[in-house]
Amino acid sequence: MAAEGKVDPMHQFTIQPMFGSDGWNIAGYNVAFTNSSLWMAIAAALLFVFVAGGAKRQLVPGRWQMAVETFTGFVDGMLAANVGANGKKYVPYIFSLFMFILFANFLGLMPLGVLGLHPFTFTSHFSATGVLSILSFSIVIIVGFAKHKLHFFSLFVPHGTPALMIPAIFVVELISFLVRPFSLGLRLFVAMMAGHVLLEVLSSFVISSGNANLGLFAIAGVPSFILMVGICALELLVAGIQAYVFALLTCVYLNDAENLH
Amino acid sequence: MDAEAAKLLGAGFAAIGAGLASIGVGNVFAKFLEGALRNPGAADAQQGRLFIGFAGAELLGLLSFVIAALLIFA
Repeated sequence: MAAEGKVDPMHQFTIQPMFGSDGWNIAGYNVAFTNSSLWMAIAAALLFVFVAGGAKRQLVPGRWQMAVETFTGFVDGMLAANVGANGKKYVPYIFSLFMFILFANFLGLMPLGVLGLHPFTFTSHFSATGVLSILSFSIVIIVGFAKHKLHFFSLFVPHGTPALMIPAIFVVELISFLVRPFSLGLRLFVAMMAGHVLLEVLSSFVISSGNANLGLFAIAGVPSFILMVGICALELLVAGIQAYVFALLTCVYLNDAENLH
Repeated sequence: MDAEAAKLLGAGFAAIGAGLASIGVGNVFAKFLEGALRNPGAADAQQGRLFIGFAGAELLGLLSFVIAALLIFA
């Protein structure tokens, strides 16, 4: 991409079929094994290794077991605070969701480029985060209707609403409910994409100013590089926060389904 | 005005939304810190609500980025 003399910040999000799988079709749909699938598989494999290495059930935990138990305890506490005693059964789901997104976000930020690999953040695609958010949303709907039957619709009419206001409030609450899967997926995808575009734009400043001449490199390249290091640290924070927010909002929505307000 | 130029101008104006969302996110954390310093004992229990507020404020800024991206690339 630097060959044309201009760095394309969106190039890093291209999905390419890998290992000659671009001809794989099922019922007319292309199901090629892409770089996105590869990094999903890597994230899942790393997560499996991380959890399997810590699931030793020792009475006095070692470092690794302690690390895994910190995360499970964190998810457990989040569910207890937001859903209550009924939330215990969702710990496996929220834990998988949180850790998968966390691993994916961090894997995309790893400086693997220096080894010649091309890290790909699949959470920067709405098709990936959208499916995760639809998964959460479906669980909320299924649990809500299974537990409260048609009484679940009272979610859209909060307690103590004056009768005159009910039609208006119902529509507003319904829209706010239906927008949830979009906002949930959109937030993660845009936050990851914006961060990666920003890093790419700043790095293109460093590269093109370095190619131009030494004076320009000193004026534009070096400050951009220093800013980039700072933004990298910020992106690490954002990667953690976005995974946390995704899991937290799923907990909040599950609370609506479990305990109608 | 050329339609392409208007699109790029619109994408630039969308950055105003991102700037305003930064005020919102700053407000969320500033108010939390203000309250947390007055009553540190209650602060930890409210961290979940802090991040819900942060997520809501941030989403609207990210939406302006989406609009800018749509204007340029779609």
